[in-house]
Amino acid sequence: MAIELSGTNAGKVASALLLARRKAGSPTMGMVMTFVVVTDEGDHYDALRSARAVSREHPSRIIGVIRRSARGAANLDAEIKIGDGGAGEQVLLRMSGELAKHPESVVLPLLLADSPVVIWWPGKAPDDPAEDPLGSLAQRRITDMAAVSRGRAAAMLQQAQNYQPGNTDLSWTRITPWRALLAAALDQYPAKVTGGEVAAERSNPSADLLTAWLSDRLGVTIDRTVSKGPGITRVCLCTGGGDIEISRPDGVLADFSIPNAPNRPVALKRRETAELLAEELRRLDPDDIYDDTVKRLCKIAGRKPSATPSLSVKSTQESEASSDETSAAKRTPSAPTAKKASPRRRTTKSGRTTKAGKSPTKATKKSSR
Amino acid sequence: MIPDPPDPNPLRDAQDRRLPQIAGPCGMVIFGVTGDLSRKKLMPAIYDLANRGLLPPGFSLVGFARRDWAHQDFAQIVHDAVKEYARTDYREEVWRQLAKGFRFVPGDFSDDVAFAQLRDTIEELDRERGTAGNHAFYLSIPPRFFPDVVGQLKEHGLAEERSGSWRRVVVEKPFGHDLKSAQELNAIVSEVFPPEAVFRIDHYLGKETVQNILALRFANQLFEPIWNSNYVDHVQITMAEDIGIGGRAGYYDGIGAARDVIQNHLVQLMALTAMEEPTSFDAHSLRTEKQKVLRSVQLPDDLDLHTARGQYAAGWAGGEKVKGFLDEEDIPRSSTTETFAAIKLAIDTRRWAGVPFYLRHGKRLGRRVTEVAVVFKRAPHLPFTQTATEELGHNALVIRVQPDEGVTVRFGSKVPGGAMEIRDVNMDFAYGGAFVESSPEAYERLILDVLLGEPPLFPQHEEVELSWRILDPILEHWATSGKPQAYPSGTWGPSSAEEMLARDGRVWRRP
Repeated sequence: MAIELSGTNAGKVASALLLARRKAGSPTMGMVMTFVVVTDEGDHYDALRSARAVSREHPSRIIGVIRRSARGAANLDAEIKIGDGGAGEQVLLRMSGELAKHPESVVLPLLLADSPVVIWWPGKAPDDPAEDPLGSLAQRRITDMAAVSRGRAAAMLQQAQNYQPGNTDLSWTRITPWRALLAAALDQYPAKVTGGEVAAERSNPSADLLTAWLSDRLGVTIDRTVSKGPGITRVCLCTGGGDIEISRPDGVLADFSIPNAPNRPVALKRRETAELLAEELRRLDPDDIYDDTVKRLCKIAGRKPSATPSLSVKSTQESEASSDETSAAKRTPSAPTAKKASPRRRTTKSGRTTKAGKSPTKATKKSSR
Repeated sequence: MIPDPPDPNPLRDAQDRRLPQIAGPCGMVIFGVTGDLSRKKLMPAIYDLANRGLLPPGFSLVGFARRDWAHQDFAQIVHDAVKEYARTDYREEVWRQLAKGFRFVPGDFSDDVAFAQLRDTIEELDRERGTAGNHAFYLSIPPRFFPDVVGQLKEHGLAEERSGSWRRVVVEKPFGHDLKSAQELNAIVSEVFPPEAVFRIDHYLGKETVQNILALRFANQLFEPIWNSNYVDHVQITMAEDIGIGGRAGYYDGIGAARDVIQNHLVQLMALTAMEEPTSFDAHSLRTEKQKVLRSVQLPDDLDLHTARGQYAAGWAGGEKVKGFLDEEDIPRSSTTETFAAIKLAIDTRRWAGVPFYLRHGKRLGRRVTEVAVVFKRAPHLPFTQTATEELGHNALVIRVQPDEGVTVRFGSKVPGGAMEIRDVNMDFAYGGAFVESSPEAYERLILDVLLGEPPLFPQHEEVELSWRILDPILEHWATSGKPQAYPSGTWGPSSAEEMLARDGRVWRRP
């Protein structure tokens, strides 16, 4: 069932929601959270589809927010949907005129009583999500730095510096299978790690986070090297008895190798956006490990900001490449880390190495707020 | 060979709850690999686990059966089963992760050569796939073959754990058909495997909704204060099936509803509903509390008045004409096996004194449903006129185990209008519309727990024996009191079941 309202306000939207639910025969929905999706005209279809898919596991009231031009008279249009493949309600709000600057005034009255609020920016996100007027309504704020069109690594660093409990980024969610496999490798071969390497395509916030996580947990230097991709292609941990190595050249099937055991294939697929969101929503408390990881990321960047190609990308080639990557990300929102890398970049810059090491005393305190 | 282990694993942290527990290197051997259970449940569950990234790299599956198959024939069988029955999407790379680990050993359970070959196969897997000597033996076979298989495992040294590795055995219900046979079965298995290596699968305990009983009771302040004889009138535990016995005549005749379902599933549901709060959620504490409840169960004095049993007769069920039990293929006309059983139990503790627990199970009943209904006493005083509360029943809290998983609370509410009239309404909590799709199958959870060596969801032999102690006197009584009462298919059971509750001034809920 769909209801469209134009020139409306939050109170009328709330009444329409109640009416729609009654008209559908008051199905019991037991909604557990409000899920705010801040999007734009180009992306809202895919973003809301992912949100609806997640609502099967976490029945929610989905509020899509589109801010249009701030010129002209203030206006609110709303599209309400109930049913249609999700387990809850969906409202898409379009705000224009002066109202576009005050979206929280519409969203606040529409939040479900007493239930958690999660906000997701599938594309561009505020530099400081917790301070954002909409972001401050939520206890869980999900950004996605892989969807940023240019300067992803710098954007990731910006998010890291502005970290507040409750912030999280899908670049971090994406590496859970890698982290699980690496932890399992150390379960199987519990040796002291003396160093390591993460190889990934050049502009990849997930690889930077994985490097930071490994270096933080293991207390050793982890090299971040550049490969042709897609995504992360290889992680290696050095031990006295040989290397633990997981390589995934094709983005699908990895080769798992630990000392004293035969090599084995492991499926390590890059996951759909809906799966990533579902993992995000399973826990709504602050992610302390992510906190430690972004702090480490800041320290690594703070020590050698200029010698870190993956963390400071401002070359002309990057901006050329970024337009290509943006469009790819829009076409396939399920894999925002675009698989294409500019061929020119590959030939000129691949193989540059940066050190992610442990000497926090020397680090300039970039992370301090 | 492993150099100085720094413990614990620095990549793991209790705070890092995103990281799933992946089973260590291991493999599984399935006996009875040609059966329905293997194809419809076990093989798909293994694939689904791999798809969710929870199986170790190198996980291997060995099939053992009397078939003239090569390894690739077996792999093809698994492949077909996975494509047809797996819960998650088929992905080629997941299949490739598993594909090299399939082995098949043809042979009989008494065949020494076959077991020697099984041993070689397992050793070969340890070398080629890195399974590290860790293997689980899944006995998906009728209990009469247990002595053979378990004996062979022992004889060929397959049950021996070398240091740093494990061997486990998984058995399915029925765990015997009475106390004596359960003890014999346990003696056979425990002679070869230590108690902590024996995993008895009761797939009901792997269900999310069953585990939620504990969350509902012990994570909330709202329910526990009224969870006792001061407020609870009685408890009804129902598992109804709309199907008949299908092709299971050989198994079902002589077993019947009470042995098949009440002894394990329903008694376990009762234990979880009635038990005291465990001091922690580890296997030992949970088991202790469940056993306390089972030990304090008392049977009614007159079993004729407080139990009921029936056999479905031909009739119309759900719009289809169906056969009666005695007309089913391979069922003798004289069979006294019950397809419906209802029993009344008391739990002699302070919490439950005077609160009867009614357990019922039947085939070809009105619809497929499993639920635990805690029915409360009426309010001690009603400041309304008699007419206002005429339609008010008992408050109830219903845990819907399957299908339509969730919780319902039933209470009285004023009917809108000028007059004061109070009627029962439902307040529902559902586990989301399609939640069932994304929630793992019980077998996934249980197989993973076997591989991880986590026993909380598996009943040990004490629990099994205690539940036979409850059921044995009833079964003996029934064996000497003639035939079960016939009930038309598609109804809620024989009239004796209604009368059994009517004697106590109560009625069955229509679930």
